[in-house]
Amino acid sequence: MWEYSNKVKEHYKNPKNVGSIENADAIGEAGALACGDKLKIYLKIDNGIITDAKFQTFGCGSAVASSSILTEMIIGKTVEEARKITNKDIADELDGLPPEKMHCSVMGHEALEDALKNYFGEEKEENKKENAEKIICNCFGVSEAEIIKAIKDGAKTLDDIKEINYAGGGCARCVPNIKMLLDRYSKKDTQLNPVQFILKINKVLETNVAGELGKDSGGIELVNVDNKDVYVKLTGTCSSCKNAALTLKNFVEAQLREHVDEQINVIEVK
Amino acid sequence: MTLVYLDNNATTMVAPEVIEAMMPYFNSEYGNPSSIYDLAHGANEAVKKSRKTLADFLGAKDPKEIIFTSCGSESANMAIKGVLDVNRNKKHIITTRVEHPCVLNLYKELEKRGYQVSWIDVDSKGDLDIGQLLELVNPDTALVSVMMANNETGTIYPVDKISEAVKMQNPETKVFVDGVQAAGKIPINLKDTKIDLFGISGHKFHAPKGVGALYVKTGTILSPLIVGGHQEKGKRAGTENVPYIVGMACAAELAMQNLNDELTRVRKLRDKLEKGILSNVKNAVLNSKSANRVPNTTNIGFQYVEGELILLHLNDEGICASSGSACTSGSLEPSHVLRAQGVPFTSLHGSIRFSLSRYTTEQDIDYTIEKLPVIIEKLVKISPFQKELKEIFK
Repeated sequence: MWEYSNKVKEHYKNPKNVGSIENADAIGEAGALACGDKLKIYLKIDNGIITDAKFQTFGCGSAVASSSILTEMIIGKTVEEARKITNKDIADELDGLPPEKMHCSVMGHEALEDALKNYFGEEKEENKKENAEKIICNCFGVSEAEIIKAIKDGAKTLDDIKEINYAGGGCARCVPNIKMLLDRYSKKDTQLNPVQFILKINKVLETNVAGELGKDSGGIELVNVDNKDVYVKLTGTCSSCKNAALTLKNFVEAQLREHVDEQINVIEVK
Repeated sequence: MTLVYLDNNATTMVAPEVIEAMMPYFNSEYGNPSSIYDLAHGANEAVKKSRKTLADFLGAKDPKEIIFTSCGSESANMAIKGVLDVNRNKKHIITTRVEHPCVLNLYKELEKRGYQVSWIDVDSKGDLDIGQLLELVNPDTALVSVMMANNETGTIYPVDKISEAVKMQNPETKVFVDGVQAAGKIPINLKDTKIDLFGISGHKFHAPKGVGALYVKTGTILSPLIVGGHQEKGKRAGTENVPYIVGMACAAELAMQNLNDELTRVRKLRDKLEKGILSNVKNAVLNSKSANRVPNTTNIGFQYVEGELILLHLNDEGICASSGSACTSGSLEPSHVLRAQGVPFTSLHGSIRFSLSRYTTEQDIDYTIEKLPVIIEKLVKISPFQKELKEIFK
């Protein structure tokens, strides 16, 4: 179960400003049914001041709470002030949201933005371009530059990125983009040509494995490499050892997976 | 505060008799079953007796076919990895699109490691395409893996017939059945089937969490997942979890005694709940549409209302249910089971599973039928799909 703040609970239990406004001055939308989240926001604007706001939301508890509190935040504000509200402001006003639920605040922000765009027409489009930094993860406001930096600092997988700057850990809509960046910027040390691949396996067997087996008067020989299957022959005492299968799996295969390729299978040749 | 627990497919209350049966094995009978002195004798006997009870529970021919594990996921991992490891020349697996994540994700992992996995579809009622399954069995098929009952919809798959037919096609192919959601809910008689491996989990039938079992038909070879001591005849190392094994055996005994109640009274209550919701809530649609279902489960979708929000409001009324949908699992992916069945997006995200047990009372069901329509009515008002809802409610 999520750990929702009391503020979130209060707002999904008894949401404020539910419904629509007839003759609204601006209507904004975000999300879609297929994604499991959809939000519609209606604004009444007099002399540049938001005098009324109503919402309708299809979504989880935090989506309803985000919409509800957003309407409370903007009523009485000028449209200029409302435009400055970020998704983080919405989350903060709710005393925080669980990381996986940050996208709910993003949706609130998107719907508001959509409504104000609708109100201003096209004229304000220009202003948005001032912000030249390209945001990849909207949930946590992580830019492309920050993700590239994380990759250059050693992040190899999506989980690494999430660990470093949360990107991709919310609604996951940006995951394909993050994966693209991972593909483009991560060091390609795993893509060895077949000869390099075999040489590397051999090196790990010689330096990390043979010495250990030698302590028990055993040894190992590389017989063949077929795609990710590595065929080896155990020699010396290892060849007749009852625990040979275990050694191969827990030690030899583990070493090769760690140092060469995660998908390697070690197969014994008698 | 009222508490109505309708999430028994997630976990169950530990039966009081089970706790009582376990206690001596924490206190006076704490010996290690492998030890030689008298103190250990009681523990050793208890494990032996429990193995016999579990064998009866699953209709196994021989108690030796029961291996105790720590949970359903371990049973599944042990069966699947163990069989594949001793059949390394075979690289083909057949399974369904609706397996539990503990099995599903393992196959996805194996797919990455070079296995060819065939995924069998279900129809709009949730029933398996068995013809498709049988066509795919070939000499390279190491394993066919089908759950006995689905955790989300309760659909029962004819695993006995499937195992029979698979062996006709290729006698060497092993059949693993995830029986976690079937145990205690429907009769199981493995000795009359061709099923090689069958996994169960104690906490789904009123034993505590942390204990499970794997049935391994005599003659089925598999390499161990946990290697170490000689316990469980070398198939699963680790000192036997005596109190929990005893607890699971007691729970199995109770389940056998109560099977008739499950099949009659519990089924009646489930049907009452289902009818009560479907007739009182206009945007409710039934997802558990198969004719073959475990008696305790129903899955109902509420159009244009989101599932987590329904669950939160149910929780506020003291009703526990669950959804495999969107937000609850921490990802935006809706239930893979309902998607495989082709449940439309209009009700997919608002699908709720209610699962009963022998502790469920008529009052529990009446209370839920009274509260749920009020909640849905309130949530319908918040939905941005007013036009569509008006059509449904007119």
